[in-house]
Amino acid sequence: MNTAFQSCSADELTKKASEARRIILETVHYANAGHVGGPLSAIDMLIALYFSVMNINPDDPQWEDRDRFVLSKGHSAVALYTALALRGYFPLEELKTFDHIDSRLQAHPDMKLLPGLDMSSGSLGLGISTAVGLALGAKLKHQTFYTYCMIGDGESQEGQVWEAADVASKYKLNNLIAFLDYNKLQQYGWKGTDREREVPVTAPELRWEAFGWNVISIDGHDMAQILDACAQAKTVADRPTVIIAHTLKGKGVSFMENNYLWHAKVPDADELNRAIHEIEAEG
Amino acid sequence: MTSMLSEKQAAMRDVFGDVLLELSKADPRVLALDGDLANSTKLDKVAEHNPSQFLQMGIAEQNMLSVAAGLAAVGFQPWTCSFAAFISKRAIDQIQVNVAQPKLDVKMVGAYSGLLTGCTGKTHQALEDIAMMRSLAHMVVLAPADGIEVRRVMEFAHQYNGPVYIRLARDPLPYLFDDSHTFTLGKGVQVKSGSHVTIISTGTETVRALQAAELLEGEGIRAAVLHMPSIKPIDHEAIIRAAETTGAIVTAEEHSIIGGLGSAVAEVLVENRPVPMRRVGVRDLNAESGSNEALLKKFGIAPEHIAEAVREVLARKV
Repeated sequence: MNTAFQSCSADELTKKASEARRIILETVHYANAGHVGGPLSAIDMLIALYFSVMNINPDDPQWEDRDRFVLSKGHSAVALYTALALRGYFPLEELKTFDHIDSRLQAHPDMKLLPGLDMSSGSLGLGISTAVGLALGAKLKHQTFYTYCMIGDGESQEGQVWEAADVASKYKLNNLIAFLDYNKLQQYGWKGTDREREVPVTAPELRWEAFGWNVISIDGHDMAQILDACAQAKTVADRPTVIIAHTLKGKGVSFMENNYLWHAKVPDADELNRAIHEIEAEG
Repeated sequence: MTSMLSEKQAAMRDVFGDVLLELSKADPRVLALDGDLANSTKLDKVAEHNPSQFLQMGIAEQNMLSVAAGLAAVGFQPWTCSFAAFISKRAIDQIQVNVAQPKLDVKMVGAYSGLLTGCTGKTHQALEDIAMMRSLAHMVVLAPADGIEVRRVMEFAHQYNGPVYIRLARDPLPYLFDDSHTFTLGKGVQVKSGSHVTIISTGTETVRALQAAELLEGEGIRAAVLHMPSIKPIDHEAIIRAAETTGAIVTAEEHSIIGGLGSAVAEVLVENRPVPMRRVGVRDLNAESGSNEALLKKFGIAPEHIAEAVREVLARKV
């Protein structure tokens, strides 16, 4: 399976991510709803997963041996939908229904509506636990698929994330690979100074290591580093891996980057044009 | 079926442990997930006799329910078990988002439900679990009355593909039913006939409802007892029929009167066949620790309270 894209180079994936950034912004603009900051920090990793890393088959989305993906930070749904559409799970045109009534593309992922989704998510802190369940299930069934999960750094304030971390470690889930989208911004943040607002989770490397995980730190926008981290994670025999991906919220658009106001703000027509211009100039 | 209270007693948790062990041995999809209470809930029977299908999730109920959803998504049938207070109140968002909304095949077993939780007091009593679980879309809510019915309800849940909450009690209860007893989702069980009033009860309170009916017999009041092991879906037909044939309803449950069986019955009556009604249950109070006898008396769910409610409702009967 997945042979058509196994050979994607890091450069090709970077170009694909750039295309995805444009689509994310257009989709949010069209729907007049959704998040942009988080999706733009997450999209490079999603493109790497869906176009290179994961063993999947868009023509058979429920294939039993496929790798699984859980978007624990469900607010970045538009990024996941964009990656799925680009990969051929459903027509790009359908992105225009995002967040509309009767759409398969709900504001947060609904596994019952869209066959390409391996788990529903949205309420923060739950997704990593469900990913632990998927990975544990694979072990119990002696199946070899991997489970990937993306966690937000703000989301990591939820205690359940650490309950999940503990159990994954206890059951030695080396078939579980989590990405921490460490963009260091959340919707509003800790009350106080702007500086405090910028640190949703402190010392994630130390925390995950303390819970017994294999920890790899990367630049979450560097495609080669993303691919390399996944390859490294697969060599670990006795522990789950977390890839601490240092990212920029709003990555790729200068006036959105590192600005918490763009957590869930919808770009107007002028902002959309400027953003796309920047993305295309960069790409 | 018989409606006579038997001398023989069984604790629901013992039956639960035995049946889950049998189900797990017969079906490799069945997994037992524990929140570190297996020796109380009797999930330890699976741990001891079929350890490969037992998973220790630790004292972390929220994670346990979400992990169960992941396991269900790859084809397992996880049975999560803890005290009812922790399964329902601690993990309600996880149950809604990960289990109920996607209709995954996860069973939730709330042991130690209601008021009588072994002198543990208000933190360990579950008087709101029916209300919370009943309000979730796609959730089936079941409260068996005795050991036989625990078995039947579990057999049903095993066959049923979707979320099921089963409410169990801690202490031994007399048998109401014999081996011929059956369970049908959404159906009530007429355990005693009568023409003056119908007591509709669920779970552990059905025994007390029958005891109340016996008390009332001495006064010439013939109370029917309709047991509702299936609280959601509930038996609309039987409730409407009871209202039509007896003209007065008392509900009885070891649960808050807010949102539980009494509320479910009232909803059906109000929309279909309003008749004088009274609810017996814990009345918007935190309970406390104490002996079973003292708790039943203080919080108003003993047989004499049900009998008193019957007298009150009969006085209002048209």
